[in-house]
Amino acid sequence: MFAFVISRLLQAIPVMLTVSFISFAMFTYVGDPVSIMLGQDATEAERAALVAQLGLDQPFFVQFLKFIGQAVQGQFGLSYRLSRPVAELIAERAPATLELALCAAFIAMAVGVPMGVYTGLYRNSILSRFFLTFSLIGVSLPTFLIGILLILAFAVGLGWLPSFGRGDVVQIGWWSTGFLTVSGLKAMILPAITLGLFQLTLIMRLVRAEMMEVLRTDYIKFARARGLSNRAINFGHALKNTLVPVITIAGLQLGAIIAFAIVTETVFQWPGMGLLFIQSVGSADVPVMAAYLMLIALVFVTINLIVDLLYYAVDPRLRIGKGAH
Amino acid sequence: MTAPLLEVRNLRVEFPTRRGTLTALHDVSLTIQPGEVLGMVGESGAGKSMTGAAIIGLIEPPGRIAGGQVLLGGRRIDNLPYDQMRHVRGRQIGAIFQDPLTTLNPLYTVGRQLVETITTHLPLNPAQARARAIEWLELVGIPAASQRIDSYPHEFSGGMRQRVVIALALCAEPRLIIADEPTTALDVSIQAQVIALLKRLAREKGTAMLLVTHDMGVIAETADRVAVMYAGRIIEIGPVRQIVKHPRHPYTEGLMASIPPLDRRVERLAAIEGSMPRLSAIPPGCAYNPRCPKVFGRCLTERPELLDAGTTQAACWLHADG
Repeated sequence: MFAFVISRLLQAIPVMLTVSFISFAMFTYVGDPVSIMLGQDATEAERAALVAQLGLDQPFFVQFLKFIGQAVQGQFGLSYRLSRPVAELIAERAPATLELALCAAFIAMAVGVPMGVYTGLYRNSILSRFFLTFSLIGVSLPTFLIGILLILAFAVGLGWLPSFGRGDVVQIGWWSTGFLTVSGLKAMILPAITLGLFQLTLIMRLVRAEMMEVLRTDYIKFARARGLSNRAINFGHALKNTLVPVITIAGLQLGAIIAFAIVTETVFQWPGMGLLFIQSVGSADVPVMAAYLMLIALVFVTINLIVDLLYYAVDPRLRIGKGAH
Repeated sequence: MTAPLLEVRNLRVEFPTRRGTLTALHDVSLTIQPGEVLGMVGESGAGKSMTGAAIIGLIEPPGRIAGGQVLLGGRRIDNLPYDQMRHVRGRQIGAIFQDPLTTLNPLYTVGRQLVETITTHLPLNPAQARARAIEWLELVGIPAASQRIDSYPHEFSGGMRQRVVIALALCAEPRLIIADEPTTALDVSIQAQVIALLKRLAREKGTAMLLVTHDMGVIAETADRVAVMYAGRIIEIGPVRQIVKHPRHPYTEGLMASIPPLDRRVERLAAIEGSMPRLSAIPPGCAYNPRCPKVFGRCLTERPELLDAGTTQAACWLHADG
């Protein structure tokens, strides 16, 4: 178990190195930091001084090593646009994105899994057909369109829910949460649905396919032959066996939700990291972009590790060194 | 003769397909007495396993019982709703499947699977059920049962898993076991052990058994009576000794001749020429007529019912005069 975690961590290192190399390359190839910081009318002497100060005259790999050294400590320099430390900016925005992503993932799982189980068990019922049609819509409509349609219906038309922003937030240490106020919760609903809908339909279709597969297996037939109740068979024996692939996809999707919250955050003007990233792209704010890129890579690597560990919890066949064979 | 434990009357199983309805079982009738072992033999696809599945009510949809009756202890069970039938399954009729590698749920310990079966059917609390589960594991010959009960199926070998499956099938003390090729997936050296175990437990508990197999050796040493199936029908049924020594139906003769004799060398094993017809292309008359060495005019036009043929019943016109 411990060796497994270590080997997974070691595998993560090349991934992170590659991403950090790309991030670093952005500094060199996306815009010119010196002219951005000094403006167009700086003298040659001023430029040379800044280049020396920033260490830009040093060999490429020395700069890269320095970059990594600082990145490991969470230092990504100052934002060009806001002249504030990047780490601070991201820390400020992270709670909004994480809360949104968790809500979206929760909706996707809490609705997608039961719908998948239902459609897998009752393949030909009218409700199943309705769910499947609905899931096609969820898969094929682009996120921004769903967001705009929801705004049109619930914010503009019915006026029940706010169309943008996070509502009132409560500060707990450095974390700002929207869960503790009514306006914060109301503001959460539309963006979370928008962000979670695609994952919801994906999970539903996956659970359905897996359920149908598992229900055909011998051990389900044998469970029926043993006279177990439908409930024990469907929700105990069958559902648990569908969970391994579902955990994989759901885990990867959580990474995707955090990474691609950009569109949803833009549509709803959600003050999260995605919106920060979009604004940074607009003004070629390379330090923020680089930090965001690396953070997302870190999120994916971490979630993958957690997913692998969850397999161990679910599937005893993966646990090694236990019992005789 | 006492009242039969199981009585199957004119059972007919159909599979609707796009090209019309296929009949997998025609007019299958049989009885099993309490404590009796009825062997069922035949080629793959003859309907042996289908008969077992129909009795326990687990035919895969879209297949369905289209006619006939199944009676257990005089009570009809083929038309019970799912929730009543599930109290018959496991409690009254246990089942053992072919492949022990796939019949156990890989994600639950064998103990959990035993305990859930026991508590489903018997009025025991979890602690008592667990004690009972350990007893059963000991009965089926799992060493160190009280420790192995918390092992997962993948931690057992194939033969041990089949022992666990047997424990699962028997743990609610059913009156009848349907063993569908219980040893086919096992090593030859293990097969004999598992059959011996099954035989011993059935005798000790007084459990009747429908033993589906294509291994005549297993039948010869285990069964009391034998039913031979061909193309969805029982074509010969009778006491095991008679069927093995003096088969009356040419197909049964062919089956027996294909068993290698132990007392002399043979250059080539006798085999039955050709193969069983597909369900969609069963010839008129006797289904065996294209392969039968003793075929004559009547076989091609008229299908024989089971006829008394001395010591057994055989569906063959050779015995039309009794």
